[in-house]
Amino acid sequence: MGTFSIVYFALLIAATAAAAYFKNRTALLLLFTLLIVSFLSGLLGGTNVLVGFTIAAGLLAAAAGVSYSFKEALIAILPPEGAKLMRTAPLTAAFGLLVILTYIVAAIFAPVIAPFGEAEVIGGAFAPPDDQMLLGGDQLGRDLFSRLIYGARNTVGVAIVTTALAFLIGTVAGLVAATMGGWVDQLLGRIVDILLAIPQLIFALLLLTIFGAGIIELTVVIAVLYSPLVFRLTRAVAGNIVVMDYIEAARLRGESTWYLVSREVLPNITAPLAAEFGLRFCFVFLAISALSFLGLGIQPPTADWGSMVRETASLISFGLVTPLIPAAAIALLTVAVNFVVDWMLYISSGLKE
Amino acid sequence: MSGLAGLIVKRLGLGLLTLLIISIIIFIAMEALPGDTAQQILGQAATEENLAALREELGLNQPLPVRYLAWLTDALRGDFGISVANQREVAEQLGPRFGNTLFLAAFAAIIAVPLAITLGVLAALFRNSIYDRVSNALALVSISSPEFFLGYILVLFFAVQNQFFPPIASVTPGMDFWARVEMTFLPALTMSLVVMAYMMRMTRAAIINLLASPYIEMARLKGVPQRRVITRHALPNALAPIINVVALNLAYLITGVVLVEVVFVYPGVGQLLVDSVSKQDGPVVQACCLIFAATFILFNLIADVGSIVTNPRLRHPK
Amino acid sequence: MASEKSVLLTIKDLRIEGYSDEQWIEIVHGVDLTLHRGEVMGLIGESGAGKSTIGLAAMGFTRDGCRISGGSVNFDGIDLTTATRGEKRALRGSRIAYVAQSAAASFNPAHKLFDQHSESARLHRTENWKDSREDAIELYRQLRLPNPDEIGFRYPHQVSGGQLQRAMTAMAMSCRPDLIIFDEPTTALDVTTQIEVLAAIRDIVEQFNTAALYITHDLAVVAQMADRIKVLLKGDEVEEAETVKMLSDPQEDYTKSLWAVRSFERDEKPRPPEGTTPLVSVKGVHASYGPVKVLHDVSFDIHKGRTVAVVGESGSGKSTTARVITGLLPPSEGHVEFLGTPLPRAYKDRTKDQLRQAQMIYQMADTALNPKKSIGEIIGRPAQFYGGLRGADLKKRVDQLLDQIELEPSLYYHRLPSELSGGQKQRVGIARALAAEPTFIICDEVTSALDQLVAEGILRLLDKLQKELDLAYMFITHDLATVRSIADEVVVMKEGKVVEAGGKTEMFTPPHHEYTDLLLSSVPEMDPDWLDKLLKERGGITNLGEAASSQI
Repeated sequence: MGTFSIVYFALLIAATAAAAYFKNRTALLLLFTLLIVSFLSGLLGGTNVLVGFTIAAGLLAAAAGVSYSFKEALIAILPPEGAKLMRTAPLTAAFGLLVILTYIVAAIFAPVIAPFGEAEVIGGAFAPPDDQMLLGGDQLGRDLFSRLIYGARNTVGVAIVTTALAFLIGTVAGLVAATMGGWVDQLLGRIVDILLAIPQLIFALLLLTIFGAGIIELTVVIAVLYSPLVFRLTRAVAGNIVVMDYIEAARLRGESTWYLVSREVLPNITAPLAAEFGLRFCFVFLAISALSFLGLGIQPPTADWGSMVRETASLISFGLVTPLIPAAAIALLTVAVNFVVDWMLYISSGLKE
Repeated sequence: MSGLAGLIVKRLGLGLLTLLIISIIIFIAMEALPGDTAQQILGQAATEENLAALREELGLNQPLPVRYLAWLTDALRGDFGISVANQREVAEQLGPRFGNTLFLAAFAAIIAVPLAITLGVLAALFRNSIYDRVSNALALVSISSPEFFLGYILVLFFAVQNQFFPPIASVTPGMDFWARVEMTFLPALTMSLVVMAYMMRMTRAAIINLLASPYIEMARLKGVPQRRVITRHALPNALAPIINVVALNLAYLITGVVLVEVVFVYPGVGQLLVDSVSKQDGPVVQACCLIFAATFILFNLIADVGSIVTNPRLRHPK
Repeated sequence: MASEKSVLLTIKDLRIEGYSDEQWIEIVHGVDLTLHRGEVMGLIGESGAGKSTIGLAAMGFTRDGCRISGGSVNFDGIDLTTATRGEKRALRGSRIAYVAQSAAASFNPAHKLFDQHSESARLHRTENWKDSREDAIELYRQLRLPNPDEIGFRYPHQVSGGQLQRAMTAMAMSCRPDLIIFDEPTTALDVTTQIEVLAAIRDIVEQFNTAALYITHDLAVVAQMADRIKVLLKGDEVEEAETVKMLSDPQEDYTKSLWAVRSFERDEKPRPPEGTTPLVSVKGVHASYGPVKVLHDVSFDIHKGRTVAVVGESGSGKSTTARVITGLLPPSEGHVEFLGTPLPRAYKDRTKDQLRQAQMIYQMADTALNPKKSIGEIIGRPAQFYGGLRGADLKKRVDQLLDQIELEPSLYYHRLPSELSGGQKQRVGIARALAAEPTFIICDEVTSALDQLVAEGILRLLDKLQKELDLAYMFITHDLATVRSIADEVVVMKEGKVVEAGGKTEMFTPPHHEYTDLLLSSVPEMDPDWLDKLLKERGGITNLGEAASSQI
């Protein structure tokens, strides 16, 4: 047992005791659980695991600190309406917003930030990190850091376009089904049932076999496959609106379907649809990354996170974290969007009451 | 009971119908592949006569519905035709791989289901406590991570830095059970992590919903102790949503298996499907998709039937 | 009678807070209450008065998101605000019991009635299964439940609403508690069902000399049930007195206003001469939802400038008739005539002018106005759509309409529905109907979701508009007080058929059709002796509600 472990446990025990002394139940529970887990995993994995815990805790604290400053900064900058909203935002939502903002900046200014082009060969295959290549090189000697930055543009860009397309199809169909009712509703409902009866990834693989892998094919196939879920949500929320008396009043006035959809129904379902957009984006983003990882999505030499994981996967057996970096980039964005969506759902449900 | 039985039969019929329609979609999709099977088998250099002969032999000259029926009846007998890539019987390749995939999925389910339900119920009972918040955040992180991210992290920690488990799950036929368990532990764990997160969140939501019902309040106002409120008033009604959650997530496992098999180079149906897609091997893709779709539909069916059977209002008709 | 008895429950300066918008807000501001053994106290007030919250607090219980922040609740020497969980649990169900508003939701769907009935008794008194079952049967019998020997073996969803409510009262009685909290037990029921539940509850409470807190918003109901009445408003007590005194001589203005609301009454207008073509004529209409037939040969006329009230209980087909008239539900047989010309069956086939002539006002003003549109847009749209008004003309017309419904145009034009009170919303709904310049308006339970004073204002407004604009109303309601105040003619419906129709004066003077009689006599009146008199007339509790209804 090294010095590190001794200091680690001493600090943790002191903190636990302090929590107990000040009768802070939440902190006590948390610290005590951490103590037990540390002890058990320390026995199993040795000091390494404890170092890992410390790093994780440090990262978490750093993330919390940054998010807090970001939240306060937003409150200061935003107009009163926005500031009021931000004040009630949980730290996780602030963190999510911060991460999303970072990704947007990276995507827009990719050529400025990235030291090299996405397809430029700089050094040897799998070159180790140095001053020039911050994260080292990939299997062809391209700069991983630059490709990571460009990935924000390519991977996220494709995912956003795909989600938007899926949304367009799903909401239009959903609104039409809810407003027209009758056989149109029945027919669309059955088609969606069929589309959802095959797992999406499998269906995507099937369709990509026929159409081949290319960005346009990928976008269309994924958009079509994910639109049924949007359809279902739109149909459900719009369904709740359509039965309202003010819709009946508009119908009896003789208003056109277009007026009903655009003026009466749509303004009332924007909040749940916005949250759904975030949620669907996560699924679409993960699906595209998964297909790229399988070599059937975005094709080389375009820098893309899923493909990057696949290309550098072999490094993992040498104990290198290289393939985990693009994978973590994917996970981080998805987590961030989920955090923000959770918050949005909370707000919209709160406003309903 | 006739009302209940009727409902179930109707639901089963609907499931069969869906499967039939999906088989048509899969069949037509493969028909849309450029070049026909005969061309693919014989390659570009084949002469017209050879092609014609093979087409005749494979029945490719027949009209579409006839070919579909022939394919379907063959498939029902377990004959999925011949692989274009290596001219082997598809069923012969698929059989052992399907076994492997089922083994992996079952293993993951055994880890995930009890854990997820326990954690979900606990999170619902201690709602808004620190335990609830932490587990909720962890679940969100787990859901947000692509399967290959979790997979490689586990490989890094448990196979490379510490050699607890093999990094590659290369099971072979005839391997004994425990060796197989050790081999497939990491992929199974990866899959359970993702599925567990979903299942936990869904269980939590279902239980919270249930605990808000007036009859739970009524039980409390009758002076029923907390334990009994849970076991006697909440649990019998929680069965339906929980069965639903489990079945739906097992269906989801089927999708997740594809990625995990590739990460761990596991000889299952998912890996075969991915390989065949890049080779444009029609018959194999057809067979794999059909198997996945059938399993998926089956679990969805179980979810539906499960919630019909456990619903007291349907079980005791008026 | 109760004053000589010992005190059972004392609530002192009770304060309760609710959690909303990330902060605790006080919703009950220091209420005092003293209840003696065997006494029934009525807690009365509008929605948001804090009645249910106080009722639950009397059991030491608060719902999620509520907490007791001050004061004490003393039940027979035990302070429930400081009692341990175990102590409170020992009281609940055994000495204090609760009867909820919705019996259908408050019975566990997974267990039989018996099992739920006997739970308290077996927990608190360790009674055996057989004894508690026999006791249940006895209580079911006393509460006049049909088949008392076998009804306990049913699951809740297999029993009707009125029966379930009585079964829940029986369940509350299972330990013979000292106190029962009745939380709006009859609000969800039809009048004819309500009366039998009321009679049964009163009977059994008297018999076992149980004290009760009876929570309701219905004055007439509380007048039958309570010895004393306490009036609440927005978490504060207004006043408290014995029932007779409270009804005859209320002290506070608010209470007086509650009592006074039924004063508006209008005489029947003279009938139009024979042979006048009616404005709207429903002729032999049959209609069904899918395979379920809901209307059987419904016919009646509505003349220009007159009000026809259509009354009946839920499921009687009154709203369906309205749907047939507007064309939302095309009839399977028969048709609707407008000034002698048959209207197309479905609204989609009607001309813009035909649609304009018939407008509708809805029960729930909340769902009748699009929450995302301003009042100006809501009222302006029909004027724009039918009249083609634009810009300044449109604004002028909307201002005029707002004036007509007595809302100040400059204040309300830009507001959203959520910024209006219930009564104001209902007025906006009326203005929207007027904007189309119709000759005929269907009013679907327009006052039943409103507090009584507000409802009165709406009725007066509708009457004023009728005089000014010579409008015809079809007034759908289940409330006979409303009928009495506004109708010229009455149509009584039951199970999709018209049972009786005629002028108001004629309909309110005996002899009636049997069903009309049942319906009329089942509506509670403010007279505290009304229920006793009625029971005498009907020959006891066995000839009430479902029983009486099924004989017709």
